[in-house]
Amino acid sequence: MISISSTTINPDQLRDALVDPRAGAYCSFEGWVRNRNEGHDVLSLEYEAYEPLAITEGKKVIAEALQKFPGLHAQCVHRVGKLEIGECAVWVGVTSAHRDEAFQACRYIIDEVKHRLPIWKKEYYVNGDSGWVNCERCQSHAQSAD
Amino acid sequence: MKTLTVRYFAVFRERAGLAEEVLELEASTAAEVFAATRHRHGSEEPLGHCKVAINDEMASWDSPVADGDIILLFPPVAGG
Repeated sequence: MISISSTTINPDQLRDALVDPRAGAYCSFEGWVRNRNEGHDVLSLEYEAYEPLAITEGKKVIAEALQKFPGLHAQCVHRVGKLEIGECAVWVGVTSAHRDEAFQACRYIIDEVKHRLPIWKKEYYVNGDSGWVNCERCQSHAQSAD
Repeated sequence: MKTLTVRYFAVFRERAGLAEEVLELEASTAAEVFAATRHRHGSEEPLGHCKVAINDEMASWDSPVADGDIILLFPPVAGG
């Protein structure tokens, strides 16, 4: 299960939905907005997703994770829109009978989500500039303006 | 000539100044569509860092394009 959310992620609520008497392990990952990236002071972030394909690709990632590291449940929620420092940008939760599968599936999901889903991040800097992350020209422009 | 709808996302959309346009192109692959629209999205990223989808299916750069296809050009992703 994967979803794209334009509202605040509530990890406790998401965790509760994964509770299962067969589960001996629960592993989660939260990605937070931090105030510094690549040497720049970051004020806020904006995420954009192409939701139809983010969902399709995200479902594949979760299915792969549960096949490689057999577990019980896996879920991922990714934010879109404007986020402030400290906000949760992405949450992954996995339950399994034993801890190894939960750790490994959780790691697999966050790594693949970052590399495969059509989601983009724009950083707004303290100096008033902004730039899309992983965009070469934006990065060099931001550095020269810093 | 093929009539193709090209959609731009994130930094590509900002550089192009539009989210979508319909173009008449000779292109036979997704990579050729990317090259033909380079003046719009102004990508300096290697092709391998960008992604493409055709009619809402992830595709590869050597995928063929057909008349009426919708080509989605994705700049380097940065989720998480």
